[in-house]
Amino acid sequence: MRVALFVTCVNDTLFPDTGRAVVRLLRRLGVEADFPRAQTCCGQMHANTGYRDEAVRLARRSVAALRGYDAVVVPSGSCAAMMREQYPKLAGPSGPFAEAVAQVVPRTYELTEFLADVLGVTDVGAYFPHRVTYHPTCHSLRGIHLGDRPLTLLRQVKGLELVPLPGAEECCGFGGTFAVKNADVSAAMCADKVRAVLDTGAEVLCAADNSCLMHIGGMLGRQKSGVRVMHLAEILCSTETAGAR
Amino acid sequence: MSVTFLGMPADRPFSRNAARAVRDSQLRFNLRKATQAIRTRRASVVAEAPDWAGLREAGRAIKEHTLRNLDRYLIQLEEAVTAAGGHVHWAADAAEANRIVADLVKATGETEVVKVKSMATQEIGLNEALLEQGITAYETDLAELIVQLGDDRPSHILVPAIHRNRAEIREVFAEHMAGWGRPAPDDLTDDPAALAEAARLHLRERFLKTKVAISGANFAIAETGTLVVLESEGNGRMCLTLPRTLISVVGIEKVLPAWRDLEVFLQLLPRSSTGERMNPYTSTWTGATEGQEFHLVLLDNGRTGVLADEVGRQALRCIRCSACLNACPVYERTGGHAYGSVYPGPIGAILTPQLRGMGSELDRSLPYASSLCGACYEVCPVAIDIPSVLVDLRARARHPWPERAGMAAAGWVLERSGRLARLQRAGGRLRRFVPRRLPGPLAGWTDTRDLPEVPGESFREWWDRTDGGRR
Repeated sequence: MRVALFVTCVNDTLFPDTGRAVVRLLRRLGVEADFPRAQTCCGQMHANTGYRDEAVRLARRSVAALRGYDAVVVPSGSCAAMMREQYPKLAGPSGPFAEAVAQVVPRTYELTEFLADVLGVTDVGAYFPHRVTYHPTCHSLRGIHLGDRPLTLLRQVKGLELVPLPGAEECCGFGGTFAVKNADVSAAMCADKVRAVLDTGAEVLCAADNSCLMHIGGMLGRQKSGVRVMHLAEILCSTETAGAR
Repeated sequence: MSVTFLGMPADRPFSRNAARAVRDSQLRFNLRKATQAIRTRRASVVAEAPDWAGLREAGRAIKEHTLRNLDRYLIQLEEAVTAAGGHVHWAADAAEANRIVADLVKATGETEVVKVKSMATQEIGLNEALLEQGITAYETDLAELIVQLGDDRPSHILVPAIHRNRAEIREVFAEHMAGWGRPAPDDLTDDPAALAEAARLHLRERFLKTKVAISGANFAIAETGTLVVLESEGNGRMCLTLPRTLISVVGIEKVLPAWRDLEVFLQLLPRSSTGERMNPYTSTWTGATEGQEFHLVLLDNGRTGVLADEVGRQALRCIRCSACLNACPVYERTGGHAYGSVYPGPIGAILTPQLRGMGSELDRSLPYASSLCGACYEVCPVAIDIPSVLVDLRARARHPWPERAGMAAAGWVLERSGRLARLQRAGGRLRRFVPRRLPGPLAGWTDTRDLPEVPGESFREWWDRTDGGRR
């Protein structure tokens, strides 16, 4: 099985630990992922802010870079949702772009989908002795319907104490450029999410999306709350002999 | 073309209205409490329905079919209403609808009308238009009464006084009821039963002496010419039955083909709106009943324009249940006034810019009044894909130039992986110089949140250096 890692521009640029964790985790499970060098960004920021032409160019690039693999793994529910929901609309009904989309998108999996649905694993042999809470993130929850997959994986992690997050299904207020264009509402939403996280008494907040974590973590950090944020992949990657990264 | 009027001023962008609203602790508290209560109720009655998904799909399909054949069903409706002794009027816009209604009221010789809660009449600013003609309109829905007495504006489709708590309502009643009719008792407390009793006595007097009523309708059945109103209080039924003249202003998208279609919507609407299995009062009437004159004003006011849009037309499926408002995390924190339209919340963010166009700063900002979290789509009983319509409207909005420049620059970098890699290397080297606070519009981020630390090495640099961790 030829597997490509679509690491996403946010992870590539700001959160390389997550990308490394995915590579190591997959390797431990017997999957050698490729990193197609031509990849950059799925185009979600442009698409969702109203810059369709740029989004089309980036989507076209992405499917061209990822074409020909048996599976594409994306450690971001939001970027996976962008590809699944918006690429077919951006590509239209026919033509080479639409063909590439039809080839790539059905083979594209968010990380926990790949683990649960393609590899069929729930226990990835991880060890993470910390109190953790999980934020499902909107696009993972309502966009690609990850359901219980992340929690099922987390429950099998040795040493991990999973505590439920109150109001978990509510948006954290990130929303891409929403966080800047409607900064006050975004901060108000984030404040409620932060309060919920602190109520759990967890030391780590994890999610399948670093963009939401960057937002919530940014406020947790500003408040010197002492809670850290971590991508799910980094928790699943860590073992008794090797750290998260 | 004149700009479609939607019953509210639209002079500031949503973000500025919202910035003020999120600082209002009383508003935040009232909204959180009210929306969470309705959300919980809705969730439980939806969960217990044996096949909600099937019902939702039926609702979507019936509305879609009707909108595709709207011309046919509207004419059928007109014929059926006329055959049943009613009069049908067609209004292209708010001004025409207001003129028709004002003329009809004047023809009765009356100067006072009672109103059933109606979004269509708020949309066209009917009360204000009637007042200019010397006609006073009295709202009889309890929450609309609170809004009217307080010289306020509605902030929610279903519960227009959601931004008020009972202490505020007591003040409004005590201070303003006397100016509109029977005064509130001197010893009025903020006990809900006492407030309801004061409203009951105030309104009863009004019902008994007013000869003309104005309503909207939740549904209009083309097959039989029947209009349908769902309500909780029974005040609507008072208006529909007591007065001698009834005038109903109804948006053209409210038509349903046949009586049997109600089966679907009488289940979808109460569960989605008030979170009840069934609403307390469902009134239906067909044409004029004995001794009563009935007029139906069919209102376009921008709707045919929306119907022409392939993506946006699904907004016309809306049955005004307001489940999307109650589910929306943005609405919960800003309330309805920030949206500058009688249609607030997610549905307003897609309906208002389509009906009114995107000429004003507010209307251009409305499609951005969402984090695209998808909660609205999930709860919509007729499956309006609000996030997709928002994204489509954003693509048509005019964007400010600093944003255009930023987006163009980002697009240029991301178009070649080599450019991205060079930017990442530069970022890694200069990371110590990233400021804690960003300038300009980006300050919106750093005002309340730390920036993530820029790593010394990007993922792709690590991959190249270590051959994907293999060396």
